[in-house]
Amino acid sequence: MRVALFITCFNDTLFPETGRAVVTLLERLGCEVDFPEAQTCCGQMHVNTGYRERGLALARRFERVFADAEVVVSPSASCVAYLREHGAGLDGRLAELTEFLVDRLGVEDVGATFPHRVALHPTCHSARLMGIGDRPQRLLEHVRGIDLVELDNAAVCCGFGGTFSVKNADTSMAMLSDKLRDVLNSGADVCTAADNSCLLHIGGALRHQRAGVRVMHLAEILAAT
Amino acid sequence: MSKTGFPAAARRELADAQMRRNVGKATSTIRARRAARVAEVPDWEALRDAGAAIKARAMATLPEQLERLEASVTRAGGQVHWAHDAAECNAIVSGIVRGHGAPEVIKVKSLATDEIGMNDALAKDGVAAIETDLAELINQLGHDTSSHILVPAIHRNRAEIKQLFERTVARGEDLGWEPKALAEAARCHLREKFLSVPVATSGANFAVAETGTIGVVESEGNGRMCLTLPQVLITVMGIEKVLPEWRDLEVFVQLLPRSATGERMNPYTSLWTGVHAGDGPQEFHLVLLDNGRTDVLADEVGRSALHCIRCSACLNSCPVYSRVGGHAYESVYPGPIGAILTPQLRGLENAPTLPYASSLCGACYEFCPVKINIPSVLLHLRGRVVREYKSKRSPEALAMETIGRVFASQGLYERAQKLARLGHGPIMAAALPGWTSMRGLPEVPQQTFREWWRSRPPEPADAAGPAS
Repeated sequence: MRVALFITCFNDTLFPETGRAVVTLLERLGCEVDFPEAQTCCGQMHVNTGYRERGLALARRFERVFADAEVVVSPSASCVAYLREHGAGLDGRLAELTEFLVDRLGVEDVGATFPHRVALHPTCHSARLMGIGDRPQRLLEHVRGIDLVELDNAAVCCGFGGTFSVKNADTSMAMLSDKLRDVLNSGADVCTAADNSCLLHIGGALRHQRAGVRVMHLAEILAAT
Repeated sequence: MSKTGFPAAARRELADAQMRRNVGKATSTIRARRAARVAEVPDWEALRDAGAAIKARAMATLPEQLERLEASVTRAGGQVHWAHDAAECNAIVSGIVRGHGAPEVIKVKSLATDEIGMNDALAKDGVAAIETDLAELINQLGHDTSSHILVPAIHRNRAEIKQLFERTVARGEDLGWEPKALAEAARCHLREKFLSVPVATSGANFAVAETGTIGVVESEGNGRMCLTLPQVLITVMGIEKVLPEWRDLEVFVQLLPRSATGERMNPYTSLWTGVHAGDGPQEFHLVLLDNGRTDVLADEVGRSALHCIRCSACLNSCPVYSRVGGHAYESVYPGPIGAILTPQLRGLENAPTLPYASSLCGACYEFCPVKINIPSVLLHLRGRVVREYKSKRSPEALAMETIGRVFASQGLYERAQKLARLGHGPIMAAALPGWTSMRGLPEVPQQTFREWWRSRPPEPADAAGPAS
C-alpha cells in the first residue's frame, strides 16, 4: 500500500526520530511511504489560540498538499482529530498511525521487541477527540518483552494544552506535577503516548527532575526490534 | 474580574495548599460517585440526547415559552415580573420584601440571586438575606464567596468549618469533630429563622411553561423549609430555565442528581404551582431575569451555554478546576461552564482570559448531561476575543501572524526550522516565553525529519532504517 506521511511540524522539527520510526515501521509492514515535502503545519495551534482564519487557511493548505494521496498517515492523534473536526479529514483518507495499523492493515503484532517497563499516557485528544479506543494498548500488548504497567488517573489531562501551557503556566504545572507523580508511581522506565505534544511536556519535567524515566512516542516502541 | 484575569488569579489560588487538598479530594470523591450512578443507567446516552434536544427546543422557542409560563403562573395565582438586568431584578425583589415590612428574608440556595448580588442590594435597603443552604451559610458566616456551583464551600474542610461554627453560630461552644454535631449547630441556628421569617427567596432549577410549575432540587431540606413555611415566596429565575412541557421534567430529574451529586434521585424535589389557600406561601412572585441572556442567545455557537442545568459535572471532571478551585474564575459560575458563560453574560471584554482557562482536554463535554460542547464554545470565544478585542499589534498577534505566514510557505518553514536549531526565529519565539524552568525544552535536533528523508538513499528502502 502507498502511504503519504503527514509528520506534523512539531515532529518534523523537534522529534525527527518519531518520523524515522514511523517510516521504518510502515516499510517493515510492506507499505511504500511518500513524504510530500510541501507539508508544514495543520493550523491547530492557531485555531486553538483564537486565530481561526489563519489556522483554517493552514488546514485548507494541508488538504491541497495531500489532495492526491490514497491514504495519509500521521503520528499525531491531536492533529488528526483537529483536522477532522474542521472538515479537513480528506473524506476518511486521513488516519492516525494506530488507526492505520489496526483498522487498515489489520495488524496488532507489528513484530516489535521492547524489553522495558512502559506506561501508556492515553492523551486527551487521542481518547476524547479522536476516539483512538484501545488501539495503542492492543499494539503494545503484542510487543515482545514489554512490561506494560498501569498508570493511575491515566485519563486526566497532563496540562499541556498547546498554548495553555504558556498562557496558564502555573495551572499547567500544577496539572503536570500530578501526572508526574502518577508516572513515577507506576514504576515505568518509559512513558509513551500516541502524541509527542504531551510527551514534550511530561518529558521536559522528567528530564528537569533527572527522574530517570524517559518518554518515547508509541511509534518508536513499535519500530524497535 | 481583576485586570490580570484568570492566570494571575489561578496562580494566587494554587498557592493555597489547604484549598488544593480540599478541592482535589472532594472533586475526586464526587467523580467516583457520579461514575457509579451513571453506569447504572442503560440509556444514559439517550437521556443526554433527550436533555440536549429539550434544551435546544426551549431556547429556539424561548419567547413563546416564557409567555406560556407567565400565563400559567398567573392563572395559578402567582405574579410574574420581568427584569432586564441585575439592578431591575434587585429593585423588584427589594420592593416586594419592603412592602411586607420584612427586615429579613430566608434564602434557598440560588445562583441567579448570587449573579445579581441580591444579598448586597437587599442589605443596602436594610434587609438581611439569610442563606439557609449549609454550604452557603458557611460562606456567609465566613465572609467568603462560593467556589463551586453545587458545593459552594468545597474549598473548606471539616476543621475549618468546626472553627467557623464555634466562633459564630455556636457562640464559643466546643462542637467536637462529628459532622453530625456541626450540622446540628447550623440546624439550631436556622430553625429559628425558618419559623420566624415571613419572606423567602429562591432560584429555580426548572419552570414548566405548560403548567406554571417551578422546581427546586436539593439535598438538605432547608430549601423545602423556605418554600413551604414563609407567607411570601419570591423566585428569581434566569429565563433559560424554562422547560416547555411537564413531561420534560422526567429527563432532567434523572440527569441532574446523577450528574451533580452522584445520587439516584435528589433527597428533596420541590415542585409548586402558584398558591393554594391554607397550604404554603400565600403570595408567590416569579421574577424572570435576563441579565445578558438574550445576548448570549444571539450567538449561534455560544448559546448552547444556556442549556446548562447547573449540575457541576464539568467542574468536578475538570483538571483545571480541580487544581485551582472556584475562586480563580472570579465569578458565580466557575469551572468550564463558567469559562463559557461568564464572558458571554458580562461581555467578552470583561473576562477575556476565561475562554483560555482550559487545556481543551474535553472531559467537560464527556461528562455534560446535556452535551454542551464546551471545548468548541471555548474555541469560538477565543476566536471572538482575538477578532473583537485583541490588538493586531500585540506581541501574541504579531507572533501568530508571522508564524502563520511562515507555515503557509514551504521555503519559509524550512528556513525557520534552521533558525530554531540555532535557538531563535519564529518557532522558538512561539515556544519559549512562559515555558518555565520546571520543564526543560529539548535541544532542537541537528537534523529535521525532512532533512533525514532527503538524505535517504533512494532504493532499496529497507537499507535506511533509523539509527538504533
